[in-house]
Amino acid sequence: MADSTLILAAADAVSGNIATLGYGLAVLGPGIGLGILIGKTVEGMARQPEVSGQLRTTMFIGIGFVEVLGLLGLITGFIFQ
Amino acid sequence: MPAGRRRHPRPHDPGELPLRSVATALLLSADGQSGFHAPTIADFFPDPVLFAGTWFEFGRIQFVRMVVAVFLALLFVLVARRATLVPGRLQSGVEMLLDFVRTGIAEDILGKKDAKRFVPLLTTLFVSVLGFNLTGVIPGLNIAGTSRIGLPLVLALWVYVVYLGAGVRKQGVGGFLRSSLFPPGVPPFLYVLLTPVEFLQVFVLRPATLALRLMANMMAGHLMLVLCFSATAYFLLEAAPAMKAFGVLTFASGMVMTLFEVFVAVLQAYIFAILTAVYISMSLTEEH
Repeated sequence: MADSTLILAAADAVSGNIATLGYGLAVLGPGIGLGILIGKTVEGMARQPEVSGQLRTTMFIGIGFVEVLGLLGLITGFIFQ
Repeated sequence: MPAGRRRHPRPHDPGELPLRSVATALLLSADGQSGFHAPTIADFFPDPVLFAGTWFEFGRIQFVRMVVAVFLALLFVLVARRATLVPGRLQSGVEMLLDFVRTGIAEDILGKKDAKRFVPLLTTLFVSVLGFNLTGVIPGLNIAGTSRIGLPLVLALWVYVVYLGAGVRKQGVGGFLRSSLFPPGVPPFLYVLLTPVEFLQVFVLRPATLALRLMANMMAGHLMLVLCFSATAYFLLEAAPAMKAFGVLTFASGMVMTLFEVFVAVLQAYIFAILTAVYISMSLTEEH
């Protein structure tokens, strides 16, 4: 009896949309990716300041590709509710 | 109090009764919505005002889009008509914007020769995406015109047609398919894996991600701002006195988020335009 109320209470406590967890997981990869991407670009700029314009452009293109992965996590949370 | 007056309660002045009933109605309606409300996806689908149920539904988002379109058209027409050799403040601002797209995006990616043809496309994309994004932080409009998939989809389809067309015109249908689906310098058996991926990439993922990235960024930004400011309203107006201090915190973070949204709006316009340029240049370059 006490066990079942405990389980019920626990089930009550985690009610809600599991998609909220999904987005948290979905941003992990892109977060690491952005960190590496931007960090490496900064490194390259420090080594060769004269090509920093080119590096920055390429970095933004890369950011576009990486960022969309995290955003797909956001979208799927809303689509598969 | 005499019984007679209690039975016929008369307002002290004529305006009091309507005022009181309005206040009650307000209180009742406010009572229905008390407590903290997290923003939902329904924010982006407000009830249409005109032509509900048809293809020409006109609601809040369409209104915002219309305002931006009219504003951008007026801005450029006015600046172009009053263009002088020595630019004024407004004209030099617009010229700086156009020059940035021409040199910073088009010529940087496509090279001077090819850039010329695509500068109008890239300028239109950059300026309109920027305008539609910035409405997300303009008080009174408060929602980005690009935060619903329709507008980004139209822009992405335009880009899709343009980069496919540019590739086909430059290399012919066969040449374009060969250079984009069969990248050279790869052992032949890898094409089994590589060609489907490249096909998806060129024909589905590029336009889809272009539209989704823009839409999702603006949607996330709006949800973020609504979260901050509705939490502020809740903490300041309804929460227990000990919790009111959090309202200041959420208000400050809402302000910071607003600034961040301005940055994101500019960044997304830049990324949209620069990825368009990259896709076009990928279609134009023949693999050797």
